[in-house]
Amino acid sequence: MMPRETLVNTVLALLLLAIPLVAVAIDEPFYVTLSTRIAILALAAVGLNIALGLGGLVSFGHAAFFGIGGYTAAILATHAFNAEPLFFGLEGTTSMPWIWLVAMVICGLMALFIGLISLRTSGVYFIMITLAFAQMIYYFAISWPAYGGEDGLSLSVRNTFPLLSTAKPLPFFVVCYTMLLAAMVLFSLIRGSRFGAALQTARQNETRLAAVGIVPLNIKLAAFVISAIVTGLAGALFADLNRFASPSMLSWHMSGELIVLVILGGKGRLFGPLAGAMLYVMFEYTLGGITERWQFFLGLILLGVVLFIRGGLLGLLAGKARYG
Amino acid sequence: MVELVLEIREMCKSFGALKATDGVSLDLRPSEIHALIGPNGAGKSTLMHQISGSIRQDSGTIRFLGEDITALGMPERVRLGLGRSFQISSLVPEFSVLRNVMLAIQARQGSSFRFFRPVLNDKSLTEPAMSALERVGLAKRANFLAAELSHGERRQLEIAIVLALGSKAFLFDEPMAGMGPEGSKALTAFLDGLRNEAPILLVEHDMDAVFALADRISVLVYGRIIASGKVADIRNDAEVRRAYLGEPV
Repeated sequence: MMPRETLVNTVLALLLLAIPLVAVAIDEPFYVTLSTRIAILALAAVGLNIALGLGGLVSFGHAAFFGIGGYTAAILATHAFNAEPLFFGLEGTTSMPWIWLVAMVICGLMALFIGLISLRTSGVYFIMITLAFAQMIYYFAISWPAYGGEDGLSLSVRNTFPLLSTAKPLPFFVVCYTMLLAAMVLFSLIRGSRFGAALQTARQNETRLAAVGIVPLNIKLAAFVISAIVTGLAGALFADLNRFASPSMLSWHMSGELIVLVILGGKGRLFGPLAGAMLYVMFEYTLGGITERWQFFLGLILLGVVLFIRGGLLGLLAGKARYG
Repeated sequence: MVELVLEIREMCKSFGALKATDGVSLDLRPSEIHALIGPNGAGKSTLMHQISGSIRQDSGTIRFLGEDITALGMPERVRLGLGRSFQISSLVPEFSVLRNVMLAIQARQGSSFRFFRPVLNDKSLTEPAMSALERVGLAKRANFLAAELSHGERRQLEIAIVLALGSKAFLFDEPMAGMGPEGSKALTAFLDGLRNEAPILLVEHDMDAVFALADRISVLVYGRIIASGKVADIRNDAEVRRAYLGEPV
């Protein structure tokens, strides 16, 4: 018999795939966009889940990577569109794989820098330092007129992917969905690996890690960088979804939203971010249609999850996590 | 002159006005058990922390296997072969007993930056981990979570982890604490054999175990070593009796 968690995971994965297929069949493209939004937010949260769920690193600055990913996509596309070289004669590009690569490299380097400083602290200090870095980048973005400043930066057309017409909702959804699945495979591999064992030990008992001869900082730094790279990729896709890189992608609200997704779905769980993103977007859509104050109700639900079902939605549906 | 495994010289550590370690010199010879005893608050654990590298001393030097390790942190010292157990068990609660030991094996192999291969059926980790568990008699509990173990079993697991590290010297901080008479007796016999593998610096309150095991005893009172020598000498030392064993002279 299939373990309950596998069953829940399969249902969630198929559900997210089914919604846009049905939506296209009944000619309701809006639901394709909604599903794409879920897939991208889930992808960003899978990234955060590596740091937060596995490593216990409560980064309140992951919006930095999400936003950098988004701005990378928009800036590269703008330069390509206007046929202006970037710098050193480098050209922009509208090809998604190239954009992703650049976004992931930049986010990785940023995370290396931020992590080297912030990971020397822990607890509330770590939260504050990651927040401070993200806010610095946010204010930098809104005060840089060349790339839109407070208005953000729009893309004239969605970037391209070889052999797919990404301007249509469904092919773009497939791209995002595939990247989400790939990131979840990565998450699952990391969690089961030697690195994952060290990382999960860093969360539970850092002294123990040091006492077997593993330097906790190195493990946490590597996790922080991987985490940022995944979230950065999501940011690039998000800019493409909206055809717009908004400064709000960089703001602390976004960091908070990502944490909410992870907690809501179940931190450290493979499908926690997807469950969290589905629930979040569903609330945003349904409650948001009724009242502008929908986040008040989201807050109540989050309170309920934290107080009564510590394992999040996945904990509720699939039982307590076991690490073997 | 025998080569010293561990050589601690003039170690000092103060917390504010309190001199927790006051010019301690201590060494560990091959295949010996050197017991460190003293009343509560004498600074035994603080000294063990400084030797293992989790607390930095104010002054003094430590040499291990001829190498100056004064400036190294705990992970580096562990990798050189200085293994420690904790006074209060320090385990990975959500991991199984086996995975707690597997972590030590992977650390020893220096292979923590492998991201893809699953550990759970990796025989190069599970087999040595299992044999360490067998040595301490915990093999039948291998698949329980560390959090589910009894107090005494946690102490055994701590020892299994240090064994799995392949340490060249052991620092044991009260391994018998809270074990009960049966467990203490078994552990005493085990440590007795272990000295041939690597020498042991032992902090212990169980005097029966100390007198049964120790080749040498050092007595720490108020951060100073007031006596150091063979078991019989310490037993008869008047100052030790007054300061520690609580007998009127």
